[in-house]
Amino acid sequence: MNEQSSPSVRERIERNTKRRGMTKLTETLMPNVFLICAIISILTTIGIIITLISETLSFFQAVSIIEFMMSSEWYPLHNDASYGIRPLLTGTLVIAFIAMCIAIPFGLASAIFLSEYASDKTRRTVKPILEVLAGVPTIVYGFFALTFVTPILQHLIPSLSIYNALSPGIVVGIMIIPMVASLSEDAMSAVPDSLRQGAFALGSTRLEVAVKVVLPAAFSGIIASFVLAVSRAIGETMIVTVAGGANPTASIDITSAVQTMTAYIVQISLGDAGYGTTEYYSIYAVGMTLFIFTLIMNLLAHFISKRFREVY
Amino acid sequence: MLAELKKPAVETRIHAQTANNKRDVYQIDQLNLWYGADQALKNIDMKIAENEITAVIGPSGCGKSTFIQTLNRMTELIPSVRTSGSIYYRSQNIFDKSFRVEQLRTKVGMVFQKPNPFPKSIFENVVYGPKIHGIKDKRLLADIAEKSLKGAALWEEVKDRLKENATGLSGGQQQRLCIARCLAVEPDVILMDEPTSALDPISTLKIEELVTELKEKYSIVMVTHNMQQAARVSDKTAFFLNGEVIEYDETARMFSSPRDSRTEGYISGRFG
Ligand SMILES: Nc1ncnc2c1ncn2[C@@H]1O[C@H](COP(=O)(O)OP(=O)(O)OP(=O)(O)O)[C@@H](O)[C@H]1O
Ligand SMILES: [Mg+2]
Repeated sequence: MNEQSSPSVRERIERNTKRRGMTKLTETLMPNVFLICAIISILTTIGIIITLISETLSFFQAVSIIEFMMSSEWYPLHNDASYGIRPLLTGTLVIAFIAMCIAIPFGLASAIFLSEYASDKTRRTVKPILEVLAGVPTIVYGFFALTFVTPILQHLIPSLSIYNALSPGIVVGIMIIPMVASLSEDAMSAVPDSLRQGAFALGSTRLEVAVKVVLPAAFSGIIASFVLAVSRAIGETMIVTVAGGANPTASIDITSAVQTMTAYIVQISLGDAGYGTTEYYSIYAVGMTLFIFTLIMNLLAHFISKRFREVY
Repeated sequence: MLAELKKPAVETRIHAQTANNKRDVYQIDQLNLWYGADQALKNIDMKIAENEITAVIGPSGCGKSTFIQTLNRMTELIPSVRTSGSIYYRSQNIFDKSFRVEQLRTKVGMVFQKPNPFPKSIFENVVYGPKIHGIKDKRLLADIAEKSLKGAALWEEVKDRLKENATGLSGGQQQRLCIARCLAVEPDVILMDEPTSALDPISTLKIEELVTELKEKYSIVMVTHNMQQAARVSDKTAFFLNGEVIEYDETARMFSSPRDSRTEGYISGRFG
C-alpha cells in the first residue's frame, strides 16, 4: 500500500541478487559433494562385486566348475566334500515356485479389486495397509511359518516334516502378495480411463473391462511385477532359514526339509568355517549364483517394462 | 446481458416437431442431473428422432457431454452422480431397475472427443464389441471388421496392416477406427462427443461426410463446438446453456431465425 516508504519488489530483488553473489562458492562446491556421494555408493557396489568374484575364483581353484554345476550332491562339511549347486538351486526354485503360486493369483486379484472395483475411499485405506505388510520384518514371517502355518499343514498332511518346503513357500508367497498387488495396481491405474470408457460404451461388463481391456493394457507392468516378485522370493532368507530346514536335496519333495542358497549362506556364516577353507569360499560361489539369478530377474523386469510398455 | 441470461425460459417444454413421420428413438422427460451438490442438467425435455443427426451446441461447461452421456448411462460410472426424471429409449425407461445397462450401451454406441483405441491391433479393436457379445466365428469376425472399417471410410488405408497396433495410426485414422469399432456391433444410435475437435480440417471433413452417410442407418447425436459443423451436418439442433435446453429446433430454422435472443447471441458468436 505505502509504496513510497518501503522498497519495491524490484529493489529488494536487486539487493538480494548482490548478496546471492556470495553463494557462488556453494554453487560450485555442492555439485562436487553430490558427485562424491554418488561415486561412493557406486564404488561400494563395485567393491562388493569384485570381492564376490575374487572369492568365487578362489573357490573354483579348489572345486571344479564342472562339479559345481553338474554334481547333484552338496555335502560341504563331509570329509570327502561334494559341491554340486543343484540341491540348493532346487530348494530355492521350489520355494520360489510355491511362493509364486500363492502370490500371483492373490496379488493379481487384489490389484484388480483395488484398481477396478474398489471405491476411492477403500483404495486409500487398503493401499497403505498393503505397504505396511510389506514392511513386516521377514523373521516375523519366518516364525509365523514355523509355529503357525506348519502345524496347520501337518493336520492336513500328516507326513509333513516340521521343516519343509511347503510352509515357507506359502509364507514367502504371502509376504510378496503386497508387492505384486501394489505394483500391478500401479500398472493398472496407469491405464487411462478413456480406454475403460471406450470398453464400457461398447456394452462391456465391469469384469470384461478389467480382464479384456485393462489387464492386457497393463500387461508389461504386471509381468514386471511378477518377475520382481520372483527375484524377491529367490533372495528371501529368514523365512526359509527358520522354517525350511537345512537339508540340501536335489529331489523335489515339498513335504520334507530343503535348503535354499540363502539359507546355506546363513548356516555357514553362523558356523565356524575357518577363513580360507573351501566351505568358507563356497558361500561366495553360492552368493555369486544368487546374485546372477536376481540380476537376471531384475534386468528382465526392467527390459519387459521398457520394451513392452504400451503407448496409449 | 446478465438480465438476458436470467430471463426465465419462455417455453419450458420445447419439443422439436417430428416431421415426416419419423419415430423417436429417445424421449426425455424432466431429466435432472447432479454432480454431488452441483446441478449440471435442469429439467430437460427432448425428443430425438430416428435417422437424423441431432447436434448439441452450447458454451463450455453447459452440460453437453453430461447430457449425451446420460443417454447411454455412462454418467453413472462417476460415483457422485445423481439423476431424476426419465429417458425413454424406444419406449423403455433406461433408468428402470430391470433395464440392463450393457444392453443399452450395445444399442447406443459412443464416439469420444479424444480417440481412444485399445492398445491392441486394428483388427482386435474393431472386433472387440462383437467378441464380448459372443461372436466367435473367425470368418464372420473378419467380415464384420471389413464391413465396419469400410463403413468408417478407413478400410482402404488399413486393409494391409490390420495386425498392426492401432496406436500407430494418425489421430484422424484413430477416430475413424473408433467409429468402426462402434459400428461393428451394429448399434441403433451413435453418440458423438466433439468427434472432430482433436482433428485437422481434412480429417474433420472426412468424418463429417461419414456422419452424413451414417444417418441413413443410424440415429446420431453429436456434440460440437463448431457452429458451421452443426449447420452443415445436423437436422436438428439443441442449444444448451447452464444445464438447460434453451432452444431445440430444426437446424435450418434455428440458424436462420433463432427464437431466443440467447441462442442468437451464441450462434452469432457474441458469447460462449
Ligand atoms: N466428473 C464430474 N464431476 C463433477 N462435476 C462435473 C464432472 N463432469 C462435469 N462436471 C460439471 O458439470 C458441468 C457440465 O459439464 P460438461 O462436461 O457436461 O460440459 P460440456 O458442455 O461438455 O463442456 P465442454 O464444451 O467444455 O466439453 C460443468 O460445470 C462441469 O464442471
Ligand atoms: Mg464436453
